[in-house]
Amino acid sequence: MKRPSKRPSPAKVPRSLSGYVYDPKARGLALQAIVALLLVWFVAGIVDNTIRNLEAQGIASGFDFLDNTAGFDISQSLIAYTNTMTYARAFLVGLLNTLLVAVVGIVLATVVGFIVGVARLSGNWLIATLATVYIETLRNIPPLLMLFAVYFGVLKTLPSPRNSVELPFSSYLNTRGLYFPAPIWGEGTWLFVLGLIGGLAGALLVYWKARRQRLLTGRANSALLPAIALVIGIPLVAFFLAGTPLSFDYPEAGRFNLKGGVVVQPEFIALLAGLSLYTAAFIAEIVRSGILAVPKGQREAAAALGLHDGQIMRLVVIPQALRVIIPPLTNQYLNLTKNSSLAVAIGYPDLVSVFAGTVLNQTNQAVEVILITMSVYLVLSLLTSAFMNWFNARVAIVER
Amino acid sequence: MTNGTFKLRPELPTISVIGWLKANLFSSWGNSILTLVGAMISVWLVWSVLDWAVLRAVFSGSDGSTCRVAGAGACWPFVAHKFQLFMYGRYPGEEIWRVNLTYMLALAGLVPLMLPGVGGKLWLSIYMLVVFPVIAFFLLTGAEWLGLENVATEMWGGLLVTLVVACVGIAASFPIGIILALARRSELPLIRWLAIGFIEFVRGVPLVTVLFFASVMLPLFLPENVTFDKLLRALIGVALFSAAYLAEVVRGGLQAIPRGQFEAADALGLSYPQKMGLIVLPQALKLVIPGIVNSFIALFKDTSLVLIIGVFDLLGIVQQGISSDAKWFSPQTAATGYVFAAFVFWMFCFGMSRYSVWLERRLDTGHKS
Repeated sequence: MKRPSKRPSPAKVPRSLSGYVYDPKARGLALQAIVALLLVWFVAGIVDNTIRNLEAQGIASGFDFLDNTAGFDISQSLIAYTNTMTYARAFLVGLLNTLLVAVVGIVLATVVGFIVGVARLSGNWLIATLATVYIETLRNIPPLLMLFAVYFGVLKTLPSPRNSVELPFSSYLNTRGLYFPAPIWGEGTWLFVLGLIGGLAGALLVYWKARRQRLLTGRANSALLPAIALVIGIPLVAFFLAGTPLSFDYPEAGRFNLKGGVVVQPEFIALLAGLSLYTAAFIAEIVRSGILAVPKGQREAAAALGLHDGQIMRLVVIPQALRVIIPPLTNQYLNLTKNSSLAVAIGYPDLVSVFAGTVLNQTNQAVEVILITMSVYLVLSLLTSAFMNWFNARVAIVER
Repeated sequence: MTNGTFKLRPELPTISVIGWLKANLFSSWGNSILTLVGAMISVWLVWSVLDWAVLRAVFSGSDGSTCRVAGAGACWPFVAHKFQLFMYGRYPGEEIWRVNLTYMLALAGLVPLMLPGVGGKLWLSIYMLVVFPVIAFFLLTGAEWLGLENVATEMWGGLLVTLVVACVGIAASFPIGIILALARRSELPLIRWLAIGFIEFVRGVPLVTVLFFASVMLPLFLPENVTFDKLLRALIGVALFSAAYLAEVVRGGLQAIPRGQFEAADALGLSYPQKMGLIVLPQALKLVIPGIVNSFIALFKDTSLVLIIGVFDLLGIVQQGISSDAKWFSPQTAATGYVFAAFVFWMFCFGMSRYSVWLERRLDTGHKS
């Protein structure tokens, strides 16, 4: 809607006031000046009020509080944390917890979403109906309700640690969370890791050679089996050569609680389950519309070339569907990340819960704390969308 | 093929039950296995719901004791006894007719407005946008000069708060959203950048932080001794939040209007407000009605977050009833409460989404391009 910038300048004669009033450029400038003045006045008023209010309530300002001792415990932490550390450290713990649940949630939601989305298009009436029921139920319920239902309705009604539910592989489930054996790597692990790297490298090599041969001769030969054999075989041999350097720390019943092993907290499970199942319903719809957007002729052409069903899906339909799927999928990933802030309602120590909750209550420095919290999400959003834009540009159709 | 001996019979449609089963459920080995697994899941699902909600459920009792029996299913008396609380919060019992009257007045305006083919849309819109909000405000909060007792918003709760927050949120965010969308497409750089900044900022942060902002930072921004109530703060947060999303929906509509429309309006010598108000917006808004309904559904679900800043909507009040009422404590109380809340939310959201789909089909004039 840009107006032509080069217009014949009519103003050789000195302009009167009305000449300026009816000149769109002059009016635009005047309007912007007024808006700018109003904005400055508005912001100045807010700043002035805030400073006054803060003084009246005796609240400190500035970011010095970040170096003060936090003095509270956090129930789950990916990095070393004790309550004698600073607020800045607590912030980092919360941020990492948010990222953890967001990343795992995104992976889980994508997997479930793709399965349900494809299932809804299945020719099998029963499977398609089940997928529809899943989508229509979960999409129309608030995510917070899902969290509550999983957390208070299911996980909190589990038995106490004394009567834990026993699961396979010496795992236990009780109201304090999911316990499973912690792997302890002994001496000689390096050989196993080396084997793993070697196996992966070998698999890549096999795949690359197969691809080269296919491009040169047109004969397809599957590299899948040898690749799998390499990835599993070499590390396995290395593992036994090193003398099975792996032992487990099994959770055992203590007096009040299970001891040892790794514990996944019920808050984390609830948040993860609630968010990923909810988001999966939306992803399923996106996947479905993406697949439907691929013209039928593409499938028919692929079938005419002699590809079988799996190949049609993998080589023809999905690559084209991805172009339609990715932009809305980005939005869902962002939504999931933002929704992870619901953690505050069930007490999972994410960024909002730790920082905008506990730290804000202790320091009262609302302005700084909320600003920091908001900017973290803003940066996360911008980073995610930048990455997805890059990915989108990679898979987009290159037109001449 | 030219001599006519090669005949292709049209395939007979499979209308028999067995034919349908064969085509849709047992067309191949893999499909048959899938069907069996699906059937097992369905039977298990239906059976456990039926078993829990009906067969093992408790239907009577004046407190949680009847639900504390081992093996009991859903605790329906919990919902029955708290029904009024869940619907209206602690709104005084003898004043509840005012809430119901407000609902009636809203329906009287909304139903004809939502059904195409009913005339007088202009008057109905004026009623819904101008007259009804004023009446509803006085009816719900009270007016001494009409003999209506004041009811503080702290007494409101349950579905009432959910509906109030969602409706006021969408109504207030509508004009702001339109202004933001127009500003984002403005030719004036300052105005455009302000709009982009606001929209992208709000869309980049979670609603929880916006609510925290509204609840703890907004009071600091105001002059001393100006305070306002918690519900209003939540409303401001929700309205600002959904305005940013609505702005993007409206922008989509604006972008779909062909350039010729703008140019024709300019050529006719219409001013900017005339051009937008008479030519562009009516077309653009019509295009995005389904999008608006979808944002309303999202907003409706998001209202449950206000419980984080201490305003008790339907979910908040159910949660409160579950966690803080020892009289009703039983292993299944929580599940029963959530199932009830989920059902109410689901009915509203599902209904609206069906309406949106129906509208989309109706508005689809068939020449999209």
